[in-house]
Parts: sequence; C-alpha cells; structure tokens
Amino acid sequence: MKPGAKLKSTACDTEVMVIKACEGSLECGGQPMADEKPDTPAALDQNFSAGTLIGKRYVNADQSLEVLCVRAGAGSLALNGAALEIKDAKPLPSSD
Amino acid sequence: MNIALLLQMAAEAGGDRTGLVCDGRRWSYSELFEAAQRAAVVFRDSGAAYVALLDESSEAAPIALFGAALAGIPYVPLNYRLADADLGALIDRIEPALLIGDATRASAIASKRPKALSRSDFQTALKSVSAETVDDSEQPIAAQIFTSGTTSAPKAALLKHTNLMGYILGTVEFMSAAEEEAALVCVPPYHIAGIAALLSSIYSMRKLVLLPAFTPEAWLDLVEAERVTNAFVVPTMLARIVAAQESGHSADVTSLKALAYGGGRMPRELIEIALDRFPETGFTNAYGLTETSSTIALLGPEDHRLAHASTDPMVRERLSSVGQPLPTVEIEIRDDNGQVLPAGEPGEIYVRGEQVSGEYQGKSALIEGGWFPTRDQGYLDGEGYLFLGGRADDVIVRGGENMAPAEIEDALSAHPAVQESAAVGVPSAEWGETVAVAVVLRASAEPISEVDVKEHIRTSLRSSRVPEYVTFVDALPYNEMGKLLRREIKQWFDVH
Repeated sequence: MKPGAKLKSTACDTEVMVIKACEGSLECGGQPMADEKPDTPAALDQNFSAGTLIGKRYVNADQSLEVLCVRAGAGSLALNGAALEIKDAKPLPSSD
Repeated sequence: MNIALLLQMAAEAGGDRTGLVCDGRRWSYSELFEAAQRAAVVFRDSGAAYVALLDESSEAAPIALFGAALAGIPYVPLNYRLADADLGALIDRIEPALLIGDATRASAIASKRPKALSRSDFQTALKSVSAETVDDSEQPIAAQIFTSGTTSAPKAALLKHTNLMGYILGTVEFMSAAEEEAALVCVPPYHIAGIAALLSSIYSMRKLVLLPAFTPEAWLDLVEAERVTNAFVVPTMLARIVAAQESGHSADVTSLKALAYGGGRMPRELIEIALDRFPETGFTNAYGLTETSSTIALLGPEDHRLAHASTDPMVRERLSSVGQPLPTVEIEIRDDNGQVLPAGEPGEIYVRGEQVSGEYQGKSALIEGGWFPTRDQGYLDGEGYLFLGGRADDVIVRGGENMAPAEIEDALSAHPAVQESAAVGVPSAEWGETVAVAVVLRASAEPISEVDVKEHIRTSLRSSRVPEYVTFVDALPYNEMGKLLRREIKQWFDVH
C-alpha cells in the first residue's frame, strides 16, 4: 500500500485510491483488495456488505489509514477485519 | 495519482448532469470525460512532449487539461495577451508541443513551428479517434504554468498531479453541489485560478459556466441567465461590476450565493461597497500563488460580515487580511535570516503542504523541511489572520534602508487629490536606489504639484521616504488580472 495506489475489491465493484498508507491488509466485502479484479468475484461477507459511497473518504480508528472511494460497490471497507469509518468533512467556503 | 480521476468520478457518479456551458454549448459530465479520453489518444499519437493551449476559455481547456493528464503529458496553458516576441519565446521553450487554439499565430511567431490545431480542428481530431482507456501514467507533472513575470522574466512553474490533487482533495468535498449550482468562470485558462476553478467545480459537480471575454455587463447577464450560484473575480473585475450596476445595468443576481476574489489587492472601500450591494452573498478572499496550486489562505463569508458590521477596529481590520491558512497548509513568517517571527511582526511568508510545488523547470525553490519562500511579505495577527505587505522584490532599498512601496502609496492615498499611486525604486548614484512615484489625480479634485506630493510624504512619513522623482499620469499599468506592472512604471523614470 502506498499513497496514490488504486485498489479494487475482489468481491464487489468498489475501487479506492490510497491517500494515507499504513501497514496491514485492506479489505472490502470481507476479502483482501487487489490491484486487479479476479475473473470470478470472491464471495461477499455479509458482515461487510453495508456498501461504499463514491467520493467519501474512509479512515481507521487512529486515522493512520485514509482511502478515497473512487467507485462505489456493495461491500464495505476494513483494515485487518476492523471496519473503516467515513471521515467527517469540514466544509470550506469555495475559494475558486 | 492523476487529476483525470476527478472528472472520471464526476462522470461515473452523475454523467448526465450538465458539466459545462460555454456560448450556449452544453456538455454533460460523461460527454466531457469521453472527449478527454479521445483527446488522450490524439495527444499520445502526436508524439508531443507538451500539450499547449493558446485560446480563451472554452470546453477545449478542460478537455485538453484532462486529456493531457490521461496521456501523461504536461499541460501548458499560454497567455494569449502577451506580445508576439514574448509569446513566441515561451512556445520555443516547450518542444515538441501540440498546440491547441490560435494555430495561425503560433506558427507565425515561434521559431520552431509547433504542431498546432485550431479549436475546430481539435474537435474534428477528437471525432476521428475512438475513446479508449489510456492508462494513468506515472508522469508526475500535470501542468506547467508560466508566471506572469511582473518583476522578472516568466518562470515555468511545475505543478505535479500530487500538488493539484492535494489541493482539491483537501478543500473540496466530492459531489457536494446540488444539481442547480453553477460556477461562473471568467478568469483566463492560463491563470492558476482558471485551472483551480475547473478542478474544484468538476469535483464538487457544479455546472461550469464559462465567460471567455469578461465585460461587467456580460458577467451580470450570465449570472441572471444561468442562475449562477458561485463565482470568482479579481478586484478590478469587481470594481467594474459594481460600476456597471451603478450606471444602471440591472440584472437579477439573487442566485449568487458565493463570490470569491483574489489575485490582487482588494481596496477596502470596494469590498465595503460590494458587501452592501450583495447583501445575501457570501464573500471569500482567497490568497495563493501559481507555485502553491492556488489558495493557501482564505477569509470566509462569516469573517467578512462580522468585520463589516463590527465596531472593534481589530475585527474591522480583518477585511484587509487574506484570512487564515487552509487546514492542510502551514504558514510561517520569517526574517531575512530565516528566523521564524512572532505574531504581529512583518517578514517573508513561507508555506508548506501537499499542494505546494515550489518547483520550476530546472530547479526547486523549496528549502529545508519542504518550506517554500513565497517572496511575498506579510504578518500574522494574534488570531492567525494573514495580512499581506507586498512582493519582497518590490522593496525599495535606499541607502541600506528597506521600504515597502505600500507604505508610501498608503500615505499618498490619504491625500484627497490622489486617486491612486505607485512607488518604485530607481537607480541612484548616491543612494543605490531612490524613491520614484507615479500619481493619478482625482479628476474632481483641485490638482496638486510635485512639491505638494513631496511635502505630503515628508509630513506623513519621514524624509527618507520623500520621492526624488514624481510623475503625474492618467492611469497606472495593470495586467488583465489586476496586477500592477511595476516593471513598466520603473521605465517611466529615465534617470540615466
């Protein structure tokens, strides 16, 4: 995992771009994410099926990991089995 | 990382939404993305190392910007207002290039004739290829922008994909705009504010409304016709908009929720008038540089209204500031030896953050710790509000004494007969440099003499500030972005 890297879910349509990288296994739908999608999708774990939203940023508890969802899917994101949360966005006034 | 992702996500999430309106032509987000994909094929097949744009605002700007990004080629928007010789020299610095826009002029003025496509030839070329997925390239440079060169020859500032993405991802929430929101862009495409406007609007999914040639009347009419909600102007544009309204050009501007300004010093008088004239609009003052991928500090709508309504001089004064640093950047004020200065003390503004490039072709201006010395002067107040002084390069050094032109100009503007003035340093055998001022008098006031000007400075400042040379002119020279061209003013004083 490194900043700028794009990873795809093996269990759904989700794609993310890594903004802040850390050690560990990034998963979606309960399955490890990969550089490429497999020919046959892996099974979606029902415990990780809340779905992802395009444009949202997801972080782990200590915010050492941050990913941007660039394509939505049915799975939900986790790091080593711990679910990621949507990062709160503080809106800034538009300056351009 | 690649900025093309911004448009790709917009096309994916809301492809049918209107992405751009220009001279009555409308493009949906998916149409724009498909055109960028086709452009990437055209650019890749051309063998060009640069994609240049020599054109006013149109759909060709975002298509070339994102097409170049997909093809992994730096995008170089050129200032079409430059004189032939200056522009030709810039085109010769980007070789081999594929140039879009004024192909006839480019071929006539560049010594190495670049491959060039007119705007309509470009559209034809896009139709001749099929959209395919061109891989994100590892090419780090997204855009190369020549600085305006108000104090020296233009420098080629390099903005990496990571810089521009750092700025957008740090300041804009994806698809945060409602479908009816529209952003009016009237800054030219070669300016960093023009590029930032494209990226911000697309990522927030506002409808981009382009105004290729600014006139205050056209601007007001377009706000009404497209129900524009957001816009960015430079101070001179705002002055002309207010003047057009005062002279009776009426338009319904009630849709305008947010008006941002920057790119030059905003006269206090003008912003106070504008706040009264647009009572429902949120004003934002943005400060940034080409080298920092646009905005690094901003004064938001609440700060404007609070300051405008306040009786506390400290709070009122904030209308003259550029606000506080973005949460994603750090700003420090340092002295000539690089020592960090406390609040209230003026020095040079240093900035660092993901969006800060500070890189020019051939060298980086970044110093230890990734800090970029902006060459702008200013200070931070106790609450972290940033006040700008001027360009470090504009400082007049007379006999070892440093003086900011603004100090002399502010003193002169307090004189009832003076409309505006500019102070510059000119060579002096005795002092190294000495003060020269160009003064524009108010037509309505009693004219004053050179002696009056000198006496006014002597009594309001001190004798070292008294100009050795005074000239009266009808107008000061500004570039189209409202930047004072001090280089030209210096040439008025032939002191050899």
